[in-house]
Amino acid sequence: MTVQTTVRIQREPFDVAAETKKLTQGRDDAGAVVTFTGICRGAEGTEPIAALTLEHYPGMAEAEIERHVAEAVSRWPLIGVTVIHRHGRIVPGEDIVMVVTVSSHREAAFAAAEFLMDYLKTRAPFWKQVEKVGGKTWVEAKATDDAAAERWKAPGRAAAE
Amino acid sequence: MKLRYFAWVRERIGKPEEDIEPPVDVATVAELIAWLAGRGEEYAYAFENPKVIRAAINKSHVKPDTRIAGAGEIAFFPPMTGG
Repeated sequence: MTVQTTVRIQREPFDVAAETKKLTQGRDDAGAVVTFTGICRGAEGTEPIAALTLEHYPGMAEAEIERHVAEAVSRWPLIGVTVIHRHGRIVPGEDIVMVVTVSSHREAAFAAAEFLMDYLKTRAPFWKQVEKVGGKTWVEAKATDDAAAERWKAPGRAAAE
Repeated sequence: MKLRYFAWVRERIGKPEEDIEPPVDVATVAELIAWLAGRGEEYAYAFENPKVIRAAINKSHVKPDTRIAGAGEIAFFPPMTGG
């Protein structure tokens, strides 16, 4: 059976429960669902945050995520994958991104969800700007996020690039 | 070719996109960045540290030594911070 995949970039909020149900209803081979939701925090350390604004590269963002969903499908025995990433202004407590992976067993669902999030942080063309009392600043990329994405590279591939 | 800028690269240059014809001896992404940096203060500021600038040709990530011949759209942006 073909793997059911959905990638969406949208300004509007999403419904994790409804999106999950779309992947699992009417089938008896789904044994494990992993959902990840990234939420806008209300503070960075001790500094309160008024909002995050997410900018993206239309067209490339969808293509990059779809490419990584396809890679996840080729690496793990998945039944379904949904990735939804929001853009625009998002206030603390609101959802930013969701990843749902469905498989017959939990190992694949967990691994694929983590793989997709690690790549979303470092390769998908989205940029976060944070609004604080003192003004707006762009969030800087973290070396720890790069390291998290690196570990998914196949052995020998890193050296070839 | 069309150039597109995102996040603080866009803010520093002061526009989201423009059409440009670089000289024929500008062959790679790195050479294009160096040429752009010489176009004015706002470009010099945006490209002051070329090591942190990421590029995409026709919406795919590319490295600094990638040749730009035939590119329809080249985008420049900071390291991604999505997710």
